[in-house]
Amino acid sequence: MDTTAQHKMETERPEPSGLSQPSAPRLTLSGISKSFPGVRALHNVSLSLYPGQVTALIGENGAGKSTLVKIMTGIYQPDAGEISIDGQATALPSAHAAFGHGITAIHQETVLFDDLSVAENIFLGHAPRTRFGIIDWRTMRKNAREVLETMRAGHIDADTRLKDLGIANKHLVAVARAMSIDARIVIMDEPTAALSMKEIEELFLLIEFLKSEGKAVLFISHKFDEIYRIADRYTVFRDGEMVGEGLLKDASQGQIVRMMVGRNVDHIFPQREPKIGAPVLSVAGLSHPTEFDDIGFELRKGEILGFYGLVGAGRSEVMQAIAGITRTSRGTISLEGQAIAPKSAADSIEAGIVYVPEERGKQGVVIGLPIFQNVSLPSLRRTSKSGVLRLAEEFSLARSYTERLDLRASSLSQDVGTLSGGNQQKVVIAKWLATAPKVIILDEPTKGIDIGSKAAVHGFMAELVAQGLSVIMVSSELPEILGMSDRVVVMREGRIAATYDNKGLDAETLVRTAAGIVA
Amino acid sequence: MKNFFKYREIWLLAGIVLLIGLISTRFPGFANPANLRQVFNDTSILMILALGQMVVILTRSIDLSMASNLCFTGMVVAMLNAAHPAIPIPALIVIALLVGLVLGAINGLLVWRLNIPSIVVTLGTLTIYRGATFVVSGGAWVNADQMSSDFINFQRAAFLGLPVLSWIAIAVIALFFVVMTRTQIGRSIHAIGVNPTASVYAGIDVGRTKFIVFCISGMIGGLAGYLWISRYVIASVEVANGYELNIIAACVIGGISIAGGIGSVGGAVLGALFLGIISNALPVINISPFWQMAISGSAIILAVVLNARGERRQGRIILRKAEAA
Repeated sequence: MDTTAQHKMETERPEPSGLSQPSAPRLTLSGISKSFPGVRALHNVSLSLYPGQVTALIGENGAGKSTLVKIMTGIYQPDAGEISIDGQATALPSAHAAFGHGITAIHQETVLFDDLSVAENIFLGHAPRTRFGIIDWRTMRKNAREVLETMRAGHIDADTRLKDLGIANKHLVAVARAMSIDARIVIMDEPTAALSMKEIEELFLLIEFLKSEGKAVLFISHKFDEIYRIADRYTVFRDGEMVGEGLLKDASQGQIVRMMVGRNVDHIFPQREPKIGAPVLSVAGLSHPTEFDDIGFELRKGEILGFYGLVGAGRSEVMQAIAGITRTSRGTISLEGQAIAPKSAADSIEAGIVYVPEERGKQGVVIGLPIFQNVSLPSLRRTSKSGVLRLAEEFSLARSYTERLDLRASSLSQDVGTLSGGNQQKVVIAKWLATAPKVIILDEPTKGIDIGSKAAVHGFMAELVAQGLSVIMVSSELPEILGMSDRVVVMREGRIAATYDNKGLDAETLVRTAAGIVA
Repeated sequence: MKNFFKYREIWLLAGIVLLIGLISTRFPGFANPANLRQVFNDTSILMILALGQMVVILTRSIDLSMASNLCFTGMVVAMLNAAHPAIPIPALIVIALLVGLVLGAINGLLVWRLNIPSIVVTLGTLTIYRGATFVVSGGAWVNADQMSSDFINFQRAAFLGLPVLSWIAIAVIALFFVVMTRTQIGRSIHAIGVNPTASVYAGIDVGRTKFIVFCISGMIGGLAGYLWISRYVIASVEVANGYELNIIAACVIGGISIAGGIGSVGGAVLGALFLGIISNALPVINISPFWQMAISGSAIILAVVLNARGERRQGRIILRKAEAA
């Protein structure tokens, strides 16, 4: 690979005014367009990545970020436009070709092989061979260790199976793989989505390392604090078009948000006047042999109770126990003064507690079933008579709740798989509301969805509590916790660390409590 | 999705009509109603079995022990009939259903309570149930002359122009249709096949549902046991040896996805009919049994290719959305 070519080349793109160019771009995309039947994913977009710099790609869901990543990694071919690497026009007809040009992508859920060792993962496809053409294991292990050490990741044993590593370490392995093929362009697609604070810090150190090695990094994230922390430049996409780019130090958060949404977002969180009543759900001494211990809290009528903590603090596990999905070893749960002991999700639903899980695709909608069947799924006990379904009741149940949520679908018999992500989320919410719950537990309700949809979900939560429901919201996003909760429970390592009234509560207190830092 | 299923079944139906047409060019009498009724009757047992297998496959499981269950239950009812010819046939059918239910429940319990993959459980019981047949019979056969005439003739009696066997198949098809489209358990079976995790959260007991589908396939195996033995009038350890593969083949040809979640009663019935026509017609038009096997095998592969194409269509829709997202 010719790394000196960049010095010879000249930029073909007119320079945006006010940008200081430390060096020529390593990768330039210009005038890229891509359409799919019925959808214009990208229209005449441009993007430049510079060696030794991190460029943040910012945009709402549906802005075309993923399509661009797929074009850069050779998975899709653009309908129009030009790709040049080090100033030379290049085509990326396949993933293999992109790999050959040193372009590598690290995804949200790392695409590696769980059952292979770290060394095999790093060198898969380009393993060192002996002169007989068979894999030279000794050299491979040695090289793997060297790569990991240069990345200050020497704590990872090259012989460990990948599945025994945490997500953060898997990212390290993915980066090590990128290093081993001499990748020059590293794309990180929401790499922090499933990481804890500490792991994110480690990832940032790693990105700093990539910068110091002169790699051009594209960083895709929804989180502004991360973008400002790690990126040098930004490119903003909206509805498949590029609407702005520049140096982050010259742009305020508000300016970028305005570019993203094309309007001012003044207050993202709904204003509400909570009318909090008597306790609805009381949990005391709830314990699990390995996941949580001595959990006690009260949820009152009309209240939003936030659950904050680092990923892995045991919040979802507690909620799953309350929802009857996992069993507890000790403790009591009572709903409106009545002790309940849910043995299955069906028991909890019957009692009036529903749990809306985190992963919409895997745990929420049933793709392949029509909308009305998705909505009625947890309510089948009510819409059927001694085991026989009553379709008319199912339809009217589905209709009344999907209408309330303004679901956009041509027919309730349509497969949910054909709906957009935001509408799928509405189907999930409709399905749980249709069970007429008293308590609704939302686990990361806005994770990975765009700002517009987030606002809709928040507005909807406000409406729910205004109607007298009680909501538990598990969230790892501080603005959401602070913006929505009446009270906040902070969990740390399977225990409740503190419970705060959300009056003058600040983010720092929550983070310190969650991380166990004594002030 | 519904249109899509219809689309797939119409495809299969068109294939069957084409096949009948092709056969008619060589054997003109094939397409006449009397002969088609005969083909339907001959395929009845396979259709019933395919429906039992279908509910299992829909839940991402498989029941390899159905043919062995059929063999064991068939032997039990044949021996009962030989020893006590006075037992009325409806009572024997109930006994066959119950024996089959017990064998199916054993599979179901192992899958549910011990969480063993169904392919492993039923691979084991496939051998065990056939071995048990040897144990109860001592390796002896029950021949036609040991069976009562009621036992043999029950399914052959004509009723409204069709043999009772055909009516039993029609009743089973109707029952499965109602169960799959109009009952809570039918909906649960579909849902856990498509998305087991979401089903758990929706309050469906996945383990219990799997137990129930194995009970269903067991009862079907038991019912088919009586029907088979009284049709071919011999009970031995070798009965229906290897037939589990025909049952699965009928399901696959009928568009039931081995990955679970996708499939319909109509598909299973048509898949079985397709195989039934091939095995009925080809000998008549002097095509060697080896060609029969090749044709059945090709039909399986063709069906899988067509279904995979169908699923890709579906995938493309998702992808397009992923683009927009």
